[in-house]
Amino acid sequence: MTELLQIENLTKKFDNQVILDGINLSIQKGEVLVLVGSSGCGKSTLLRCINGLEEIQNGTVKLEGKEVKYGDKNLPLIRQKIGMVFQSYELFPHLNVIDNLMLAPMKVQKRNKEEERKEAIELLRTVGLEEKAEQFPRQLSGGQKQRVAILRTLLMHPDILLFDEVTAALDPEMVREVLDVMLNLAKQGRTMIIVTHEMQFAKAVADRIVFIDDGKIAEEATPEQFFEQPKTERAKQFLNVFSFEKIKVNGI
Amino acid sequence: MNWEFIEKYLPMYREAAVLTVVIGSIGIAFAILIGLICAMVLYHKVPVAKHIVNGYVELSRNTPLLAQLFFLYYGFPKIGINLNAELCGVAGLAFLGGSYMSEAFRSGLEAVDKIQEESALSLGMTKYQVMKYVVLPEAISISIPAFIANIIFLLKETSVFSAISLMDLMFTAKDLIGLYYKTTESLFLLVIFYLLIILPVSVIGSLVERRLRYAGFGN
Repeated sequence: MTELLQIENLTKKFDNQVILDGINLSIQKGEVLVLVGSSGCGKSTLLRCINGLEEIQNGTVKLEGKEVKYGDKNLPLIRQKIGMVFQSYELFPHLNVIDNLMLAPMKVQKRNKEEERKEAIELLRTVGLEEKAEQFPRQLSGGQKQRVAILRTLLMHPDILLFDEVTAALDPEMVREVLDVMLNLAKQGRTMIIVTHEMQFAKAVADRIVFIDDGKIAEEATPEQFFEQPKTERAKQFLNVFSFEKIKVNGI
Repeated sequence: MNWEFIEKYLPMYREAAVLTVVIGSIGIAFAILIGLICAMVLYHKVPVAKHIVNGYVELSRNTPLLAQLFFLYYGFPKIGINLNAELCGVAGLAFLGGSYMSEAFRSGLEAVDKIQEESALSLGMTKYQVMKYVVLPEAISISIPAFIANIIFLLKETSVFSAISLMDLMFTAKDLIGLYYKTTESLFLLVIFYLLIILPVSVIGSLVERRLRYAGFGN
């Protein structure tokens, strides 16, 4: 396996508050990495740094040796290789589904319109949304919007996909349809970094779990290790939040 | 109501209406252009230019159009700039409308979520492409109701053109009242012609607004 993404000593501060504190992480090609941690621990910020959406105070992020640097003029070029899906979908409301999918490939990569359209329709078919091609985002459910948003990044043929709590805004019954799409992508051997609170899903999809606490990597392990035998006290506390087995029922 | 009088002077009103519409549309077109440029300057917080724009907006919004027109028509010749009444009308309307359009458009730009921009950036678009294909179209759609309200407001404001001897609708009505004392008929025609000009804009405006509401806005 070859190393795709390399993060060295990444430090991010907002004003004087340290959000990420010397993160070192590297991802192999085809690996699925899941970032977990309590809210505000910095995991979403880490994803944003990988996409160059945040200015960092120290350290580097490199994709195949090329630096991802906030404000750099080559950033748009590198970003084409880094797909990102947001919690709030962020489809373009003035464009219908097919135009949402085709905008960036057409304008950024100047690809052939006919081929692009074919590919977009084909992708829509794989997630069962081909009949929604001409509809506008507001006519779709949250789960449908998020699936379209995932396809939109896929159409750019990225090397790595970043998922920032993509099911957090969804109704429970729509979570599954989005997670299934992501599981399929993982099976296809895509390189992915996923921030999620869906622990069952994390267990199923991850090759490696990275537990972030207070801006630092507190634990790195296989899903089996992490969920069955977490090493750190913080990870144990964190996982207990998701477990109902140990809740004491008083007087009922 | 003297219908003979109305019939006789109808062509005169028609001519005046054409003048109102022509000067109004040219003035409004420039107002939109000025508004777009000013809004971009404010949105991107361009140094120095943003202060100039802010000064212009305050000056333009807090002085009456009549005063602005007098300035152009009677004041400018004193410093050697002679504009005819038509040009003064266009310039005055553009000066007044530019600030209103700027405010409408700026609020549209600011209503586009930052994260929309980020999602477009994350697809590899340059800042220019993000503005052109994502932020601008969304901002324009959001500001359309305010745009249309401004257009109607500016069309109505053209009625002060008569004060610089532009033979617009108001001028014609005042003229006829002065000449023949046919107040009822003259004012009747005046109202009808203003309605003929402005009502279609209103109707088209609400149709466009409704279309926007149903064709994809509200994420």
